[in-house]
Amino acid sequence: MTVLDTPAWRPRTDAAPLLPDPEPYRLLGTPAAAELDPALLRTLYGHLVRGRRYNQQATALTKQGRLAVYPASTGQEACEIAAALALRPRDWLFPSYRDTLAVVARGVDPVEALTLLRGDWHTGYDPHEHRVAPLSTPLATQLPHAVGLARAARLTGDDVVALAMVGDGGTSEGDFHEALNFAAVWQVPVVFLVQNNGFAISVPLDKQTAAPTFAHKAVGYGMPGRLVDGNDVAAVHQVLAEAVGRARDGGGPTLVEAVTYRMDAHTNADDATRYREDSEVAAWRAHDPIALLERELTGRGLLDDEVRDSVADDAETMASALRERMHTDATLDPMDLFAHVYAEPTQQLRQQEAQLRAELEAERQS
Amino acid sequence: MTTATPAAGRTAAPARKPATMAQALNRALHDALAADDSVHVLGEDIGTLGGVFRITDGLAAEFGDSRCTDTPLAEAGILGTAVGMAMYGLRPVVEMQFDAFAYPSFEQLVSHVAKMRNRTRGAMPLPITIRIPYGGGIGGVEHHSDSSEAYYAHTPGLHVVTPATVEDAYGLLRAAIASDDPVVFLEPKRLYWSKSDWSPETPAKVEPIGRAVVRRTGRSATLITYGPSLPVCLEAAEAAKEEGWDLGVVDLRSLVPFDEETVAAAVRGTGRAVVVHESSGFGGMGAEIAARITERCFHHLEAPVLRVAGFDIPYPPPMLERHHLPGVDRILDAVGRLQWEEG
Ligand SMILES: Cc1ncc(C[n+]2csc(CCOP(=O)(O)OP(=O)(O)O)c2C)c(N)n1
Ligand SMILES: [Mg+2]
Repeated sequence: MTVLDTPAWRPRTDAAPLLPDPEPYRLLGTPAAAELDPALLRTLYGHLVRGRRYNQQATALTKQGRLAVYPASTGQEACEIAAALALRPRDWLFPSYRDTLAVVARGVDPVEALTLLRGDWHTGYDPHEHRVAPLSTPLATQLPHAVGLARAARLTGDDVVALAMVGDGGTSEGDFHEALNFAAVWQVPVVFLVQNNGFAISVPLDKQTAAPTFAHKAVGYGMPGRLVDGNDVAAVHQVLAEAVGRARDGGGPTLVEAVTYRMDAHTNADDATRYREDSEVAAWRAHDPIALLERELTGRGLLDDEVRDSVADDAETMASALRERMHTDATLDPMDLFAHVYAEPTQQLRQQEAQLRAELEAERQS
Repeated sequence: MTTATPAAGRTAAPARKPATMAQALNRALHDALAADDSVHVLGEDIGTLGGVFRITDGLAAEFGDSRCTDTPLAEAGILGTAVGMAMYGLRPVVEMQFDAFAYPSFEQLVSHVAKMRNRTRGAMPLPITIRIPYGGGIGGVEHHSDSSEAYYAHTPGLHVVTPATVEDAYGLLRAAIASDDPVVFLEPKRLYWSKSDWSPETPAKVEPIGRAVVRRTGRSATLITYGPSLPVCLEAAEAAKEEGWDLGVVDLRSLVPFDEETVAAAVRGTGRAVVVHESSGFGGMGAEIAARITERCFHHLEAPVLRVAGFDIPYPPPMLERHHLPGVDRILDAVGRLQWEEG
């Protein structure tokens, strides 16, 4: 045996097949789009329009003081919707704090999905019900969870895929890199979706990464990287569905970078004019995910006024129901503060609970 | 500790009155950058944006991107590279965007920042300032309202400083940056917009680190507090007059080093003490302070030292936080339990 025969000497995998396409993959407006199932396109369209309306309504609710904060995904609806729709009911979604839309598209009640941002509790839904992890605010920390869950499912013999979402900024955190490495070493059924929306609050891409693309980061960990136009809902859906399918079939993890743009400020509390040009925003407005799909649908004779109106009506119904429900004050019980800290409250917590109860009683009587 | 007195800033300050704590912190960073070329500010969104709380507003424009740098989004990386910069002789000031987002940097802090002087027998001190907006009361969603001072204070090798007034925000931050030891500088975010007549161009006073200050003298009992809870304690002391109590208030300003003399002297004068902070009580700063008061002042005490702290729960969502934060009533209630003689 020489060093040439030892495992350390030779590359363990061929890097070339893992590399992403040189340009973001697109479907809408290309000849390949002709193959797309009209029913799928119509479904995606309905979700996109509803999603946009949801973003608008939640933003309005924030202005009215009904939400503490809302990180809108306006302009990113194609990624949000495609992520939810690429999964089967038994799969799991791991959203970041910007991904309320994906959570709702997966079936979580639209008001329960907003609990965190309304401020009446931290997570408003039972994660098991729709297999959606809590919205994660500490960036990238949800990614190792997705890997662990996917591994557990595999070890249990269950056919489950986990899809985890993260932003361009989040890819700089250590947890992102650790999650990718574990996923590739263990070959677990997980898909990482990086929504590259151009900014981490105010920080632009050139201060965040020197990699050719975020998708290239996959190669260093030994998994394929895919680069896709994040505003082309058909393309994102196809790429994610393929990655999910590959994961399900034992092919291991994939990293998907969807190139998109955050049309609104970081949140309602942010002033984006401090750090970006209107011309850039305008360029992306001309590449709007809904308009791209409408063009395709119209070109194929799949979108007439009737379809358009009924989709718009449906979105309006959703928005007015949301508005109405959010204008009802949340039911709050201060004693909930002590309810779920431990399975059994400690002696000290019981004392503190009694203290608060007495204070509230005194408040009521005065 | 070594606390060099920084020279006055090069640029004339705008005559703005009254100033907020945020402006005083901004001015302190400005003056530190102007006074010492080895000072470098690092963090997320601190350049063009000027920080999410605008504490670094205008610094990148004036001193350039290399002195006030937008880093990649990674707290362990921010603090880890600050360690390397300090090893080479620079004086980094890092900003963590929010309390709970400092946690990825905990290993760098505990394993390296806190220990380097000791590991190298003094050959390699690390003059790093770690600024962390902390605490609640601003209606933030989860992970935006933590009070993590006990973790830091429990780590030998770190100074832990927290201003409660506009003046101290300036003076203590200048001292922290000038310190040759690492300082965790906790900024009470709900006081960022508090105002005072302090003006940036009046002789910039650098406050030595490690000295508590008596904010109010009193004869009945002493409230001991720091950071975000100071205004609440002062309000409680005012309200206590109605009950016939004359309360003193001590502002610690520095948790490490802890100024036992000032605290002990104040408590000896009243014989009764309540420690107030908004972080959880169990295993918190109040326990340490109460123990020290008992050790130092036992024969002067008329009652056990009491604590008023946040509950031992994860920080509540915005709509419930008012039930968690110690308020005037909870403080007065504790004062009432200090075993006063009948009549
Ligand atoms: C560990 C951690 N550090 C800092 C923050 C504060 N923060 C919240 S969002 C954000 C920017 C995130 O950018 P990106 O990952 O690109 O997601 P986007 O907001 O664009 O969806 C920052 C710095 C955080 N939530 N978590
Ligand atoms: Mg982003």
